[in-house]
Amino acid sequence: MDDLTKLSLAETSELLARREISAREVAAAYLDRIEAVDPKVKAYINVNRDLALTMADEADRRLGSGQAGPLTGAPIGIKDVICIQGVPTTCGSRMLENFVPPYDATVIKKLKEAGAVFLGKLNMDEFAMGSSTENSAFHPTFNPWDLSRIPGGSSGGSAAAVAARTCVASLGSDTGGSIRQPASHCGVVGMKPTYGRVSRFGLVAFASSLDQIGPLTRDVRDCAMLMEAICGHDPSDSTSAPREAEPFTSSLEGPVNGIKVGVPREYFADGLSQEVAQAVNRALDTLRELGCELVEVELPHTKYAVATYYIIAPAEASSNLSRYDGVKYGFRAGEYEDLMDMYKKTRSQGFGAEVKRRIMIGTYALSSGFYDAYYRKASQVRTLIKQDFLRAFEKCDVIAGPVAPTTAFKIGEKASDPLQMYLSDIFTIPVNLAGVPGLSVPCGVDKDNLPVGLQLVSNYFREDILLKVAYNFERARGPMPDWPEP
Amino acid sequence: MRITREEVEHVAHLARLHLEPDEIEAYTRQLGEILDYIAELQELDTSDIEPTSHALEVTNAFREDATAQSLPNEKALENGPQTEDGAFVVPRII
Repeated sequence: MDDLTKLSLAETSELLARREISAREVAAAYLDRIEAVDPKVKAYINVNRDLALTMADEADRRLGSGQAGPLTGAPIGIKDVICIQGVPTTCGSRMLENFVPPYDATVIKKLKEAGAVFLGKLNMDEFAMGSSTENSAFHPTFNPWDLSRIPGGSSGGSAAAVAARTCVASLGSDTGGSIRQPASHCGVVGMKPTYGRVSRFGLVAFASSLDQIGPLTRDVRDCAMLMEAICGHDPSDSTSAPREAEPFTSSLEGPVNGIKVGVPREYFADGLSQEVAQAVNRALDTLRELGCELVEVELPHTKYAVATYYIIAPAEASSNLSRYDGVKYGFRAGEYEDLMDMYKKTRSQGFGAEVKRRIMIGTYALSSGFYDAYYRKASQVRTLIKQDFLRAFEKCDVIAGPVAPTTAFKIGEKASDPLQMYLSDIFTIPVNLAGVPGLSVPCGVDKDNLPVGLQLVSNYFREDILLKVAYNFERARGPMPDWPEP
Repeated sequence: MRITREEVEHVAHLARLHLEPDEIEAYTRQLGEILDYIAELQELDTSDIEPTSHALEVTNAFREDATAQSLPNEKALENGPQTEDGAFVVPRII
């Protein structure tokens, strides 16, 4: 094998199981690839060479003794918002620059038990707040398809690393589109599972009623493999659903004819770029050719989703981020007069501009006299958005549309206009508000050869049908076009 | 609906943030724009709509009231900016 980093997770897993390659060889190939490519892409915040090789050696022992599973020896990158014991977890923030978690997140525990290998921690918008990874306190990440463009966000490092082949697959987190939008911009597969499917224990909290961990992968089969490993009930997360993981990989194949695909006209309205619309419409034709039945559905409250989200998410964030007070962990300001001054200076120096902006919005929305007008109102509109989806799923099995209104934009293009940045998540946010699962699968490129993502959404806990439709689509689509790899 | 400079200063205090004058100016403008945008929700009649705080129907998650292993004191203190004798040190309060 000339370049092990060209293999998918499933292919890597098969060769490892047949002992044709070793986990150490695979890890070494990826570490070399990181050294060669990451200085240009900058997907990683930290690379843990020693830890990766130690884990790879342990994986080889398991592979030798017949105690291996499908993920044993798979080199995975982890978004730096998920805690790994003993490994710095920064959340892309100065506030947590020196934070070393004393415990593993549940998804990390599960991946360790499966024998996966951790290559390092991936870059992100600070505290997962952003759509471009420009809000990282450390450095931006560059889109591997075009280094002058953003990779999307907030899981921009997780998407860019999978696209640049500096990990075989990665984990991200999605609060308003933070897995699906960067997956779409980097031409990889990304899934936000049903709220409660995957434990949030050890995921640094942003907006607790919306956050979900999910995989970013080269293809749909790889996504199903990671989903099998990370799903399941967890007593340490009281919002975790009492459901075990399902055998997602074994339900990928098989015909999709007769599956009803709902097309919401609200997702093809003003603001959607012509070229994204064309690519998504071609994808809909492909689904029809596969035997799916296309039906029109309505999601009439879509246009209120961004406003709803920008009350609920900041409100929850302002509460969650009150824990960063310079006392228990993280940054503390060097000079201060008294306790109040210590709090204020610590938080002002430790947080970046976008995080402060959202704390301000959330604090305002929850402050005395404004609660009913903002938070309560938004929670009621959230009900309407959820009902939109429930009504649509009476008519269809899967909803299909664009992930983002445009392809990847230029670095700096929207950095000074927060509202424009927020609007780039208009098609992904409603899915988080409703709590249903969503997936982004590449469906073509625009005239600048930038990838476009098709978003598929299903009813609660129907990730199986989502993955099946995406898998069939991906095979019918064929390989994505060649691109100038970094 | 706009937000005043004084309101921004008040909210910053509630959020325990110290803002420099140029930040106060920028946030007054940006928060005003965001609040204007958010105000479009007011056109919806939601008088009979129950609020959703959680996407799934959930009730309290109960467990047995049994002791289990927790983080040992020294581990819990490891990330503290300033610690002493098994405790976090903060500026004098009283």
